[in-house]
Amino acid sequence: MTSPRDTLPGAPIPFPGEPDVGRETAREMGLTDAEWERVGFFLGREPTYAELGVFSVMWSEHCSYKSSRVHLARLPTEGPQVVQGPGENAGAVDIGDGFCAVFKMESHNHPSYIEPYQGAATGVGGILRDVFTMGARPVASLNSLRFGRPDHERTPYLVRGVVKGIGDYGNCIGVPTVGGEVQFDASYDGNILVNAFTVGIASTDALFFGTAEGVGNPVLYVGARTGRDGIHGATMASAEFDDASERKLPTVQVGDPFMEKLLLEACLEIFAADVLVGVQDMGAAGLTSSSVEMAARAGRGLELDLDAIPRRARGLTPYEMLLSESQERMLMVARAGEEEKVLAICAKWDLEAAVVGRVTDSGRFVCKATPGYDPLVDPPSARAPQLVVDIPVGALADEAPKYDRPQAEPPAAPVTPAPSLELDPNEALRALIGSPNLGSRQWIWRQYDHVVRDGTVFRPGEADAAVVRVFCERDGEPAREKFLALSVDVNGRHVLLDPFQGAAMAVAECARNVACTGAKPLGLTDCLNFGSPEKPETMWRFARAIDGLAAACRALDVPVVSGNVSLYNETDGAPILPTPTVAIVGQLEDPSHRVGMSFVRAGDLVAHLGAPSRGALGGSEYWVWQTGYVGGAPVGIDLDAEVALSRALLALARERRLASAHDVSDGGLAVCLAEKCLGKGLGCRVHLPSGEGAPALARLFAEEPTRAVVSFAPEARDGVAAICAAHGVPFEVIGEVGGSELVVDGAVAIAVGELAARHHAALAPIVG
Amino acid sequence: MRVAVVVFPGSNADWDALHAVRDVLGADARYVFHKETSLGDADAVVVPGGFSYGDYLRAGAIARFSPIAPAIERFAKGGGPVLGICNGFQVLTEMGLLPGGLARNAHLRFECRDVWVRVEGGGPFTHQLAQGSVLRLPIAHAEGRYVCDPETLARLEAEEQVAFRYCAPDGEVHAEANPNGSVASIAGVYNEARNVLGLMPHPERAAEAVLGNEDGLSLFRCLASFLEEAA
Repeated sequence: MTSPRDTLPGAPIPFPGEPDVGRETAREMGLTDAEWERVGFFLGREPTYAELGVFSVMWSEHCSYKSSRVHLARLPTEGPQVVQGPGENAGAVDIGDGFCAVFKMESHNHPSYIEPYQGAATGVGGILRDVFTMGARPVASLNSLRFGRPDHERTPYLVRGVVKGIGDYGNCIGVPTVGGEVQFDASYDGNILVNAFTVGIASTDALFFGTAEGVGNPVLYVGARTGRDGIHGATMASAEFDDASERKLPTVQVGDPFMEKLLLEACLEIFAADVLVGVQDMGAAGLTSSSVEMAARAGRGLELDLDAIPRRARGLTPYEMLLSESQERMLMVARAGEEEKVLAICAKWDLEAAVVGRVTDSGRFVCKATPGYDPLVDPPSARAPQLVVDIPVGALADEAPKYDRPQAEPPAAPVTPAPSLELDPNEALRALIGSPNLGSRQWIWRQYDHVVRDGTVFRPGEADAAVVRVFCERDGEPAREKFLALSVDVNGRHVLLDPFQGAAMAVAECARNVACTGAKPLGLTDCLNFGSPEKPETMWRFARAIDGLAAACRALDVPVVSGNVSLYNETDGAPILPTPTVAIVGQLEDPSHRVGMSFVRAGDLVAHLGAPSRGALGGSEYWVWQTGYVGGAPVGIDLDAEVALSRALLALARERRLASAHDVSDGGLAVCLAEKCLGKGLGCRVHLPSGEGAPALARLFAEEPTRAVVSFAPEARDGVAAICAAHGVPFEVIGEVGGSELVVDGAVAIAVGELAARHHAALAPIVG
Repeated sequence: MRVAVVVFPGSNADWDALHAVRDVLGADARYVFHKETSLGDADAVVVPGGFSYGDYLRAGAIARFSPIAPAIERFAKGGGPVLGICNGFQVLTEMGLLPGGLARNAHLRFECRDVWVRVEGGGPFTHQLAQGSVLRLPIAHAEGRYVCDPETLARLEAEEQVAFRYCAPDGEVHAEANPNGSVASIAGVYNEARNVLGLMPHPERAAEAVLGNEDGLSLFRCLASFLEEAA
């Protein structure tokens, strides 16, 4: 290690063999001309190639949130339950007794399209690290996936690769994947979405943060060695795709879940040893972003000795080491004198670890390296480190570019055909229950270990949200059991028709799912997947969606504690559906409050909660199935009614009145009822909720929000009615559980067995 | 009863086993790290599920070279009860403590779901279960297809070393109820001396009402009473 006095004076030197730097190089790295000028302004000179690389990744959309920051500020992030809001590796909410749930969702869209298996696997690896970096043991994962048309030639390959990638990574490391959602839509043909969510549990007084405090403290590198994979991944994720995008394969990272398992266990042991000041995983933009962000949060500088970086490839240049996105790596700042303890724990877990730098008071990000030095060459040449990077930390963090990009309301969408309302509802339900968007996801979730860690109370398909028991342990005390409900949702079609209402609907559905299981929503994380921010119409949608999220989060009291923005999700100029994915973590007061989604007993009554359908089919699966277009008038949402329904569902669960609860969402009431029959193969006979005179077909398949179907023992009827009345929620008994058919009077009569067979086979045309 | 749960670096159901034995059954259970060379005063050993050393090669293949392996072998050869669950089953076959081996599932996918198994042969983990009774247990594996040569299979059948067979909920053994293509629908086997059991399903993940299934607890109850009787 060099001491402070060894810091070499003068400007960094260009590293031998690296390209010359100029405006053109900057453009190739994704910087605009204005941003190139700004680099010069901050440095007062031309950057080295390595420095330019650092600027380009730190100022990429992916790392800097330069187009979204002004809007993200409008999201509500506070509440008494919030332990950690946005800005750290993950957010955290209080779950009682001094413990918190630490969670975040992240996208890995671009890499997953180029190489679905590794892209999805490393997406899971990245989100797991974000959570355990905070000092939390990961306990459950979810994912939200979007693929193109089921019959697109690339879709089967992408579905298989993504599912296997998620499964292999999560299964190996032993974190159960307990739920998720999938949609197929033509807008994702050339740009799939892979959003991965993980929640972990930590003792609130033992959370760790990404901060480089304490001048002179050692900086340690822990985990996998650095290679050339994923260089410029963050920049790649900040650009649109075109027909040359498959050539971006080398920007995709490669995952090693066993290494991550070692890293997880070692990190938790290091945290418990109380020797660290701060820690951050090397995710997007690897060593660069972890160093810079830690220094920025502490208002400090950081100096790295790149000669000390553990590596697996020969001849790495500073540029490559700084931009590599090799996976399963952590950067730690230990208290001076404690580095040996960190190294010893790493040795126990057979992990690579090295002291690679120290915290300084310079406020600058400084890197040194010896030209020609390579520790992999035997014997390595002598070391004579030279300055290769010297950049003010602020320039890479708070003072990174921030744009309030122009917005423009899109012109009215061209009128597309309206769906026929003359169909036989039986035929419509047969088709939709077996369609890729509404059919069973069993082929997917059976490839995920969803029961490891002995906590899965509701497995995929058993309830509106996954329910997991988590063990909260603190030095020597017996573990306390707590119960979390987890859900992830969004339907980009409703967001396209009205970004404000559609985004609010996503939050509402997610909260409703959590409430249906008997849990109170505590906090939310989001993954905002949109097209190019340089298009005013996309930016308008983005801004409106933020406002919709904010309104719904405020109304439902679910603050946003973490999140991620993924822009430039478009190929050859065609953007994806605006897809603001949200995931909510809720908590059950007691496991006896839990409510599943399926009918459980013949003879139970079936009731509809919420305003009956108006038959508004805008944005519905029925509409798209019939016309091929995402069309119709936006269905909208009444947030006051949503709050009332959510509270009523929670009260019903807490008073143990319900045998089942399932919200009405994709596919409408018909699909909701069918799904309630499928779980245990129990039929029902119901009538349509009373309402205005829209055709039965429309009322069966409309996707207006703020509705749920529940079942309960006949003797519970008055109690259920009273709780709904107390919350101002419309309540109507519509029938009874029993028989082997789903019967909706005057409209539907189909054997549950037939529905099950169609539902089960839904993905077969895609994955065989 | 003192139970040692072996922890390889890639074990991930070590917690599940510890929790089931210690917190649900109420026995004394502790972890033994793979770098240790002694199992201490354990009365029984659980080799849990997971990915031992990453299992990029063949599941469990490297674990037999671990520092703790000789201690497990001594314990098993001395007649001590050893339970290998999932990856633990794979490890015990690689160590030669159980006959046969586990190959990739016939459909080549990782598969996680409930299966039903029929109780066949008796031993310390099953002696109180009625032969022919049916348990519902979760599986979660990619390499669970039990394979062995015809001579071994004949011996297993003749000696009634087959502990569990995959079956339908009604106990009938047929191909559709076999989730991975295992020979003779074998889900679990005992060694010749009947003190070592390996099985692919996870009894430790099906031992509590709150998880919707207590069928798996019976194996640990059998073990406890077996040790009590032996004492």
